[in-house]
Amino acid sequence: MLRIPADLLDAVIAHARADHPDEACGVIAGPEGADTPTRFIPMVNAARSPTFYEFDSRDLLALYRDMDDRGEEPVVIYHSHTATEAYPSRTDIAYASEPHAHYLLVSTRECGSGDGPVEVRSFRIVDGEVSEEPVEVTSADAPSPDAP
Amino acid sequence: MAIEVRIPTILRPYTDGAKIVEGEGATLAALIDDLDARHAGLRDRLVEDGALRRFINVYLNDEDVRFLGGIDTPLGDGDSVTILPAVAGG
Repeated sequence: MLRIPADLLDAVIAHARADHPDEACGVIAGPEGADTPTRFIPMVNAARSPTFYEFDSRDLLALYRDMDDRGEEPVVIYHSHTATEAYPSRTDIAYASEPHAHYLLVSTRECGSGDGPVEVRSFRIVDGEVSEEPVEVTSADAPSPDAP
Repeated sequence: MAIEVRIPTILRPYTDGAKIVEGEGATLAALIDDLDARHAGLRDRLVEDGALRRFINVYLNDEDVRFLGGIDTPLGDGDSVTILPAVAGG
């Protein structure tokens, strides 16, 4: 399951709407091993494409150095699909390289850059195997208590 | 000629979990051969048909080796090499 604070999820969705019709992408980093997303880091889609995304290579190095310095890891890796459902594409699966990350997909095919409905789903992608997981949106103010 | 190499999470199964390993080589290709001798299987994850795989980024210090000499980039003692898989998809 992905537990994500509402303000961070809102930031991801706002980024996806803003970059529509191109794919938006980014990371939510969090303390290593805690599985808790805390720091929203929108990235430039170097491909600037409606069907592909890729972090710029220099930005990628800077991102990983920064996370390393802070003792963080990429808890969530997000990107948008702008004409298809929020489900990993074949290329998403082929290039997924963070076995501990939650791959969060946002589809803006209905809303475009407007206020309409978005589809948000989360997946683990490990060794080419996709498994969907529930998304629990927690209050932005307080960390979520353990589920009863 | 020791070169420090930072290994990404997904390749750490090849290095017994080590985040940083050491290797030797006068070029990136030679370094990768040396790493493969110490951590068998690593080369195949980095190299295809004699060139770096498209979705593997390798940095010499602060620079992507694609903007240097690719797999033939010369290395020197004390250099630091970072391997990062691209974050990409469709």
